[in-house]
Amino acid sequence: MAKLNVNGQVVEVQAEDDTPLLWALREQLGLTGTKYGCGIAQCGACTVHVDGVAARACAMPVSAFDETQRIVTIEGLSPDASHPIQQAWLALDVPQCGFCQPGMIMAAAALLAATPRPTEAQIREEVTNICRCGTFNRVIAGIQRAAGPATAG
Amino acid sequence: MNAISRPGNPSRRHLLASASAALGAFTLGFRIPLPGEAAAQTGAPASAPAAAPTSAEVNAWVVVKPDDTIVIRIARSEMGQGTLTGLAQLVAEELECDWAKVTTEYPTPGQNLARGRVWGNMSTGGSRGIRESQDYVRKGGAAARMMLVQAAANAWSVPAGECRAAASIVTHMPSGRTTTFGRVAEAAGRLPVPTDVPLKNPADWKVAGQPVLRLDTAAKLNGSQVYGMDLQLPGMLNAAIHACPVFGGKVRSVDSAAAEAMPGVKRVLRVGDNAVAVVADTWWRAKTALDAVNITWDEGEHAAASSAGFAEVLRSALDAPQAAVGNRAGDAAAAIAAAPRKVEAVYSYPHQNHACMEVMNATAVWTPERCEVWTPTQNGEAAHAVAAEASGLPPARCEVHKFHLGGGFGRRAAVHDWVRQAVEIAKQMPGTPVKLVWTREEDMLQGRFHPITMCRMTAGLGAQGNLAGLHMRLAGQSIIAGMFPQNIRDGRDPLVFQGLNASSNEADIGYTIPNLLIDHAMRNPHVPPGFWRGVNLNQNTIYLECFLDELAHAAGKDPLEFRRALMANHPKHLAVLNAVAERAGWGTPAAPVDGQPVFRGLSQTHGFGSYVAACAEVSVSEAGVLKIHRIVAATDPGHAVNPQQIAAQVEGSFVYGLSAALYGECTVKDGRIEQTNFDSYQVLRMDEMPKVETIVLPTGGFWGGVGEPTIAVAAPAVLNAIFAATGKRVRDLPLKNTSLRRT
Repeated sequence: MAKLNVNGQVVEVQAEDDTPLLWALREQLGLTGTKYGCGIAQCGACTVHVDGVAARACAMPVSAFDETQRIVTIEGLSPDASHPIQQAWLALDVPQCGFCQPGMIMAAAALLAATPRPTEAQIREEVTNICRCGTFNRVIAGIQRAAGPATAG
Repeated sequence: MNAISRPGNPSRRHLLASASAALGAFTLGFRIPLPGEAAAQTGAPASAPAAAPTSAEVNAWVVVKPDDTIVIRIARSEMGQGTLTGLAQLVAEELECDWAKVTTEYPTPGQNLARGRVWGNMSTGGSRGIRESQDYVRKGGAAARMMLVQAAANAWSVPAGECRAAASIVTHMPSGRTTTFGRVAEAAGRLPVPTDVPLKNPADWKVAGQPVLRLDTAAKLNGSQVYGMDLQLPGMLNAAIHACPVFGGKVRSVDSAAAEAMPGVKRVLRVGDNAVAVVADTWWRAKTALDAVNITWDEGEHAAASSAGFAEVLRSALDAPQAAVGNRAGDAAAAIAAAPRKVEAVYSYPHQNHACMEVMNATAVWTPERCEVWTPTQNGEAAHAVAAEASGLPPARCEVHKFHLGGGFGRRAAVHDWVRQAVEIAKQMPGTPVKLVWTREEDMLQGRFHPITMCRMTAGLGAQGNLAGLHMRLAGQSIIAGMFPQNIRDGRDPLVFQGLNASSNEADIGYTIPNLLIDHAMRNPHVPPGFWRGVNLNQNTIYLECFLDELAHAAGKDPLEFRRALMANHPKHLAVLNAVAERAGWGTPAAPVDGQPVFRGLSQTHGFGSYVAACAEVSVSEAGVLKIHRIVAATDPGHAVNPQQIAAQVEGSFVYGLSAALYGECTVKDGRIEQTNFDSYQVLRMDEMPKVETIVLPTGGFWGGVGEPTIAVAAPAVLNAIFAATGKRVRDLPLKNTSLRRT
C-alpha cells in the first residue's frame, strides 16, 4: 500500500511496492490519460509532473513516493483544458492519433514552467518524447505559441 | 444508390440502439457501458448506440438530433491521419449543415453486417479512407439534404424545388419561411431515399477543401480520449501474453506454479499453440506473473534463421533466371549491353516494425451465445471476421467496437492476431471480460514487418549521357505471399511494383525509359511481412530515385535536368518535382548553417494515387554528423479535402520515413527479432526533426491518398543530399550502419 498525492488529493493505493507509478495511476486510480508506451522510460507517453518537474511514471515504483510529493497527471493539468499548452494545441491541431499527446503536453508544460521563454533549440533538447505520427513541428510551434510571441524567432 | 439505406423505417436507429443494449445485457447479466457511452461524456466519437432514441436517422450516414446536432457516421477508422474530419467535411458539404454542430460516430461492423454493408468497406489502409469512399459518402450527405428539404416542403405543402438548405436551415425561398434540420429530420427519415443524387462541383465547396480544424482534438488534450487499452468494463480482468519469439514455433511445456501463487493471478492459459497468457486482476500483476512463468518452446524449423542468412538468399536471387515481370519496354538487356557505359549498384532495405505508440490490445467477452470485442483496428470488418472465427460463433452473434487508434501504420489493418488471442483467452473464461494488452517487447517481437528486399540496378548510358536502358531486379519478400497467398498467381505479386508500374493510376513510374525491365524474384524468409505505412513504394522509390541520382552524376548531369529529360510524358510527376526544386532554390547554393555547407537532394514518386516530391537540405560534418535542416515537399492528391491535414500528414511522413531511413532495422538472430524496445529500436525525435515546408498542389480530376506516399520520398531525398555533401553513396538502410566520417 502506498499513499500518493495525485492532482491535489491524497489517496491510498493497494499495490505491491514495486508497482510502477504509471500502473497505479491507470489501474488503481483509473487515471488512464497517462499512457503506457515502452515501460523503460524511453518514449515519454507516461510523463507526469512530480513537484512540477516532468517525470516518467513507468520507471518509478510507488514505494518511491509519499504524500508530500505532488503528482499531477494530464487530468489534473488544468480543470478545463485551459492551460496555455492545451489551448495552443487546440489552435494548431497538434495531435494526430493523440496517444503520445498527454505525455507530450505534460513535458511541454513542465518545460514552460521551468523556462517560460524557451528557444527552439531548448525545446528540441528538452522534449524527448516519441511521437510516431510525427507531430514534432506542430509541438514546437505549440510551445512557442503558448510561451508568447517573444520567442517566436 | 446502393450505399444508402433503404427507405422507410424510422425506428431502425432505435432498434439498433436496443439491440446493442440487449447484447450488453445478455453477455454479463447487466448492462455493459459501451465505450461509446463512456466516450460520449468526454467528447470522443461514440459507438452508434450512444445517441438518444429521439435522434432521427435520416439515412445511414446522417443522424439529426432535436437540438440540431448533426451526427455523421464514419465507417473508416481514425488513427491520426485525419480521415474522420475529412469524411465528415465531405458529407457536411453536400448536407448543407452547420459545421459547428457536427459530431461523428463509428457504426459497428456487426451493424454493417446486419444492414447489408450499408456503410461499405470499413478497411482503412492504403491511404484509401477518403479517396475510395468520397463518392458514396458525398451522395449520402446529398441524399440526406434532399430528404430534409423534401420533408420541410411537405410540411409547408410547397414544391421542394422552392426550398433551399444552408447551415442546417431549410428556407422556402418565395415566402421566407424557415425550419431547422432537427425539426424535420424524423419526417425526412420516413421518406424514400432519392436515387438521382447530383453532387456539387468541387469548385463550389465551402467546407470540404477548407483547412478546418479536426473534430477529434479536444479529448486528446486532457486525457479523456478512451483508447482501446484504456477500456474498463465491470468485472473485467487483465491479461499479458508471451508468444513464441521464433515465428512458427510452439509452446512445448509450461511451468506456472510460481506465477499462479502470485497476487491477483486468476489463470495461466495456453493461447493457441504458440502462446501463454496470465490473467490477473490488474495488468501489471498479470505482466509480473508472466515474467515468472517458465515456458519451454519448441522453436521449430526456423530456430537458426538469421538476417545474414536472409541476405545471402536475397543476394543470390539478384541473379536468378526466373523473375516476375512488372514493367517492360524495349529490350533492356540488349540496350545495356550495347551502351558505351554501364553503371551498376546493389541496394537493400531491412525488416522494420511499425512501433505504434499504442501496443496491440483487445478486450473480449465470450459466452456460448455471443462474443463481443473492443479493439483499435484499421478494419473493423476484418476484426469481426477474426472474432467470429475464433469464437466458434456465427458472425451475427459477434460484435466489434472500434476506438480511435493509438497509431496504425498498417499493423492493425490486415491480420488481427491480437484479436484472435483475446477471444481465445475470453473463451476459456466464459462470461468474464478480459483485456489483453501486449508489452512493448511483445509488440516488437510479434510484429508484421516491413518486407526485406534487395535490388540490383543496372543501366546503360548512351554517348550523350542519356539513359539507354535500365534493368531493376528486385529480390525479396512479398507481403501478399505472407498474408494472402491465395492471391499470388504464377509467383507474381503485383504489389511489389508499387511506384514502378507502366500505367495503373495508382503508383506509376514517372520516367519514360526506352529500354526497361523491372522484375521481381520472390524470396520469403520466415519473418511475417506486413503492410507498413508506404508499403513497397518505400524501398522502390529509394532504389529508383537514388540510382537515377547516381546515373546523373555518372553522366555529369544535374540530377534535376537528368530526370526532366525522362519526364516529358509524365507532367504530374514533373509538376511536383518542379515545385519542390523551385521552392527549395535548386540550382542556387544553399546558405551554410552553423558554418557547415548545406547540400540538396531530390526525389519524386507516384503512389496511393498521389504525386509527391521532396527536396532535402542536409549538412554532414567532417566527423560524419548528419543534420537534416529543411525539407520541401509537394503533393498533388487531385482533390484536397483538408489542406492543413494534408500538411500534417506530409510532416508526419518525414518523421516516419526518416525514422526508417536513419534507424529502422529489425534484425534476426536465432530465428527471432533482436530489437525489443525503443532503446534498441531508435526512432526520430524532436532534436533531429527538420523543418518541413509543404506545398499542396491539387490539380483536380482525381482522388489520391495522402497518408502514405510522402514516406517514400523522405529517404531518397536525404540520401541524395548526403551524396552531394560527402560523395558517399549509402545503399543499405538504415543509415546508422554507415559512417559518414570523412577524416
